[in-house]
Amino acid sequence: MTAATMLAPKAPLWTRLPVVHQFRQSIGLQRGMLVVGLVITGVFILTAIFAPLLAPYGYSQLRDDNGTFGAQQAPGGAHLLGTTVGGYDVLSRVIWGSQTAIAVMVIAVVLSIFAGVALGLVSGYFGGWLDRVLVVVCDAVYAFPALLLAIVMGIVISGGRSDLWGGIFAAAISITVVFIPQYFRVIRAETVRIKAEAYVESARVLGASNGRIMFRHVLRNATRTLPLIFTLNASEALLTLAGLGFIGFGIEPSSAAEWGYDLNKSLSDVSSGIWWTSLFPGLAIVLVVLGITLVGESLNDLADPRLRSRRAPGNTGVVAATSVVPGGTLDAGPGGIDGLETGPLAPDPHPNDDPFEAK
Amino acid sequence: MSSLPDVVRIDNLNVTFATDGGAVKAVDGVTLRVAPGEVLAIVGESGSGKTVTAKTILGLLPETATAHGAVILSSKDGADSNDVLAVSKQKLRQLRGTDVSMVFQEPSTALNPVFTVGWQIAEGIRAHGEFTKKQARAKAIEILGRVGIPDPESRVDYYPHQFSGGQKQRVVIAMALVLDPGLIVADEPTTALDVTVQAEILDLLRRCRDEFGTAIVLITHNMGVVADLADRVAVMYEGTVVEEASAQALFSNPQHDYTKRLLGSVPHVGQGTIRATARALAREPGWAAETPVVVADNLKIQYPGRLGKPGFTAVDGVSFIIRPGEVLGLVGESGSGKTTIGRAMAGLTRVTDGSLTVLGHEMKGFKERAFKKVRSDIGFVFQDPASSFNPLLTIAECVAEPLVVHGRAANPAAARTRVNELLEAVQLPRTYGDRYPHELSGGQRQRASLARGLALEPSLLIADEPTSALDVSVQAKVLELFAELQKEFGFAALFISHDLAVVDILADRIAVLYKGKLVEEGTGAEVLGAPKDPYTQRLLASLPVPDPAAQALRRNELRVLRAAG
Amino acid sequence: MQSLDAPDSLCNCEVLMTTVAMKAPVPAAGRSSKKKTSPGGGIGRYLLLRFLLIFPTIFILVSMVFWLMRTTGDPITAALGGKLGPDQLAKLISAAGYDRPILIQYFEYLGQIFTGNFGTTISTNRPVSEVLLTYGSATAELVFYALIVAFIVGIPLGLVAAYWRDKAPDAFLRVFAILCYATPVFFAGLLLKLVFAVWLNVLPVAGRATVGSELQMQFLPDKSGIYFIDALKTGNPAVFADVLLHAVLPALALGLLTAGVFLRLVRTNVIGTLGTDYVDAARSRGVNEFRLVSKHAYRPALIPIITVIGLQVALLLGGAVLTETTFEWKGLGFMLIEFIKARDFVAVQGIVALLAVIVALSNFIVDIIAALIDPRVRY
Repeated sequence: MTAATMLAPKAPLWTRLPVVHQFRQSIGLQRGMLVVGLVITGVFILTAIFAPLLAPYGYSQLRDDNGTFGAQQAPGGAHLLGTTVGGYDVLSRVIWGSQTAIAVMVIAVVLSIFAGVALGLVSGYFGGWLDRVLVVVCDAVYAFPALLLAIVMGIVISGGRSDLWGGIFAAAISITVVFIPQYFRVIRAETVRIKAEAYVESARVLGASNGRIMFRHVLRNATRTLPLIFTLNASEALLTLAGLGFIGFGIEPSSAAEWGYDLNKSLSDVSSGIWWTSLFPGLAIVLVVLGITLVGESLNDLADPRLRSRRAPGNTGVVAATSVVPGGTLDAGPGGIDGLETGPLAPDPHPNDDPFEAK
Repeated sequence: MSSLPDVVRIDNLNVTFATDGGAVKAVDGVTLRVAPGEVLAIVGESGSGKTVTAKTILGLLPETATAHGAVILSSKDGADSNDVLAVSKQKLRQLRGTDVSMVFQEPSTALNPVFTVGWQIAEGIRAHGEFTKKQARAKAIEILGRVGIPDPESRVDYYPHQFSGGQKQRVVIAMALVLDPGLIVADEPTTALDVTVQAEILDLLRRCRDEFGTAIVLITHNMGVVADLADRVAVMYEGTVVEEASAQALFSNPQHDYTKRLLGSVPHVGQGTIRATARALAREPGWAAETPVVVADNLKIQYPGRLGKPGFTAVDGVSFIIRPGEVLGLVGESGSGKTTIGRAMAGLTRVTDGSLTVLGHEMKGFKERAFKKVRSDIGFVFQDPASSFNPLLTIAECVAEPLVVHGRAANPAAARTRVNELLEAVQLPRTYGDRYPHELSGGQRQRASLARGLALEPSLLIADEPTSALDVSVQAKVLELFAELQKEFGFAALFISHDLAVVDILADRIAVLYKGKLVEEGTGAEVLGAPKDPYTQRLLASLPVPDPAAQALRRNELRVLRAAG
Repeated sequence: MQSLDAPDSLCNCEVLMTTVAMKAPVPAAGRSSKKKTSPGGGIGRYLLLRFLLIFPTIFILVSMVFWLMRTTGDPITAALGGKLGPDQLAKLISAAGYDRPILIQYFEYLGQIFTGNFGTTISTNRPVSEVLLTYGSATAELVFYALIVAFIVGIPLGLVAAYWRDKAPDAFLRVFAILCYATPVFFAGLLLKLVFAVWLNVLPVAGRATVGSELQMQFLPDKSGIYFIDALKTGNPAVFADVLLHAVLPALALGLLTAGVFLRLVRTNVIGTLGTDYVDAARSRGVNEFRLVSKHAYRPALIPIITVIGLQVALLLGGAVLTETTFEWKGLGFMLIEFIKARDFVAVQGIVALLAVIVALSNFIVDIIAALIDPRVRY
């Protein structure tokens, strides 16, 4: 299958990568949203990687050579963003928090993708009673408040208190359980749709085995929307983590920094007008979710021809010979127009790909 | 008539679209005019720009399009005229519905599913002046009656899904007519309909012209429809008008090469009869006694109903045989069960009752494992060239798939030599094997689909409407290729189509299905030359022929048949 | 809740022979493959199916919660583990029946839930059902206010965004929607508190009413627990105003979160229906753009919108837990956190089970509404 990709004609490989391809497709406001999202997400990832260098203090540091930091110090001086009620440096906690956030997001999304895709594929492909049971179970879980389920999972996994990795995994697995139904639904729906496509029926008529049909024909086509769900769920994972932290299922401040936990501790500060302890961790959450969601939404728009905007044809633009446009969404590489060259025969137009007449 | 100005005058129209691949010119310097009460047909294949031209008349182009030139629209009484491309949005809104209106291709999508048809008609009326609900409703009832909707007083409160396809199209036409515009733009108004319904809608459109004095711009790819309805014809090709003439002149004496080619590609009934007779004569004497490839005996296929409701019987007691090397054409309209029979033969649908033997294997209660060996002897060509290939595999890999599955090659690369041979057999350059499906046109994909179907040299090929998604000129070539391959490989085939003329070109024998029952079967000469069943007669008479004079005669025949039945 | 009308394709032969959940296939179609099969069955059958689906949903959720919670051990050890000696613990466990085989406890629990008995809290020794009744009304009130905010803000703005699609107002509204969604509800709550309650000092910081107002309502003969109604009953405008003022910030925090989702939902679906032939057809008859968006595109879009709004009940309830904690709004969510802190898992289990019932019921109601809007189901 890799060989197939290598054979891809014309378009350089890197332009066919997800995100890069969509970026090249985008224009105007859509490109603006995608760029803003990518920048924020990039800054977030870099912050997480370089947290040890960026943060002035450790996440659990309470004192330096000049003695203890003191609680609820206003921003300025040695503590740019002030200190918390527990006496931690707010800026350092915010920076270190990005590490926890990214760890939970990656673990949760990866775990749920594997479980959700496997279940969705098998369930959608084979159908039958197993499918029906799985659908009812997943629908029930899906309809249930994610946070409550995560709370129950949190109680089960960690009993509510935890160290660094214990806490991260508890949060990640709690979120995974919530997400599996989502991936299951998407992949199952895609599988059911693809199963009825002519190319799968064609393989069936040939007598190809179920395994071959599932992996060669269904799986790769069913998972093409994953980058998109990935971004949408990553942001939801962060929100769930913060929610868990806020209601006290967070990770102890001595183990790691976690924004939701810090917000919980700042709850009482607000009434006395201490704003810096809550504002900065909160803003960190908002920015990261905003960035990732912008990327996800833009990808979503670009993948859907109905929602994608295109360059208005300027009078100066190069006008190709009257021709039809190759269809496809995620996979129509820029090489498509070349593909329209016809053989020695007379022009052989595309009836199905023509956006103007196919309606 | 001469005192009134043209209802629409298009001058040097250019339309350009923004696409992912850059700007694409869809219409290039088109100049056309339509006189009051005249039917102008714009004919062309996909990508010719005919629909774009038509939509420009109503100013309905999407935002990605830019148009230059002039489209001068005059009101029915000739008092007012405006350039659609230059007027304000407000003015354009006023013109739509009063001076010009539109009939869409797909009646089921052109009607809003959540509003009653009466409400939808009233919306159009109330957009142009003060009408009370009562007045609008009265007008809606009146117009529904005039387009032939029975019992309009109660039907006015129906939702679109409560009408049949043909009735929906009548409703769409009623909406277009309700404000008595001078011009109706009809975009492929009958393409989505069965041929017997098509004839009725064409009659209705003719009445629009005769009774309402409405001019019609008829967009179509179907030469038979043109011959039936048009006064004048403009042939479009790649965004330009290559020929414009009266219908009579165009069909009897086409000037441009493309027009000639287009007319030459149109299949017409009777074309294949001679060839079929020749084939029948050339058969060896003992042929008829050979074991048939397929035997259906009182075949019944039922789809289960939901939760204890009775199932839907798609095929009801059908019997036929296909002998070695013989092509059986299966014709029927939508819902006739023709595709179900094809699918059952390939083991994609279960047989409920009766018997279906394919290559000596009984399909009733079949087990996939036992059938797998037989599968290498069956080829299948699907209807939709867009979805019949895995978009992530190259054409060569797709064509190699049967060889790999049946162990004739270890992997797609090893099968490449054979794949190249197959591609050549279907007249595709070998290099196309390295392309992805979306890089091929519909016709090319259907050729590749044939190559895949024939990869194992099957003795039975099932082709389910293989050309119905293709343009006529492409269809003609694919049909020709099919005939050549059939001669060369000698496979037996079930050829399924809704189009009698297409089936006639290829089939040795023709079977006509109607509502799951086989109503008539015989050679092309028998079925098409002297149909016995009233349904076949009606089907045949409904099929418009690409010749205005002959079509006028046919229309009368149909009228007689309808009156009789 | 797709399970009952999921169109299994024709391929799986086993399914074909036995299935109950299969659509009649689209008959062989020449070109009209877009045609939808009619939903089949009257609306009565449809609603019955949807109704029956409530039970497996509740059963699955309740069972899941039971088994998950029990993997941590019995609730009494969890709650009182450090506080009592082993002997006393064993006595309590035995008295509550937690030393019996787990399956027996499970079936007993199911039976109890069926009769509306959710057990007795360990920390406060009250019947869980009583807790649910007392605090449920507060949560219901909050969710109701939030829904009003979400509908008033989300739906019109969604229509505006669709109308100005890809123009500046649309971009602005989309970012607004994403911000609504991206801001954790407790952070939004904290910010609102900071600005309106602390800095501007125009609205109360927390709670459902001042102590004075609560006292007045306390002595009503038949109090509903819903302060909006109780405050009206006191006949005292000051109490009523007090109750309303307390509701503003929590309703905004929770409502804006949901409004962001509604806005996106309306925008996407209306843009989808704006691209359909029937909207083009209405346009070709001269219907103006505003009416195209607000009627011709909006009504058909409403069906998917309502279906998805049904799934937002989960979001709303999850958000309510956090909002109540932020604003000390003493509802189910607030109590849930209190019980978690007290490690009172019987109470936690009871609240979660009740929420499962609410979710299943509200999804059923939403399905009914969606079905009633769609004439293809109705007729």
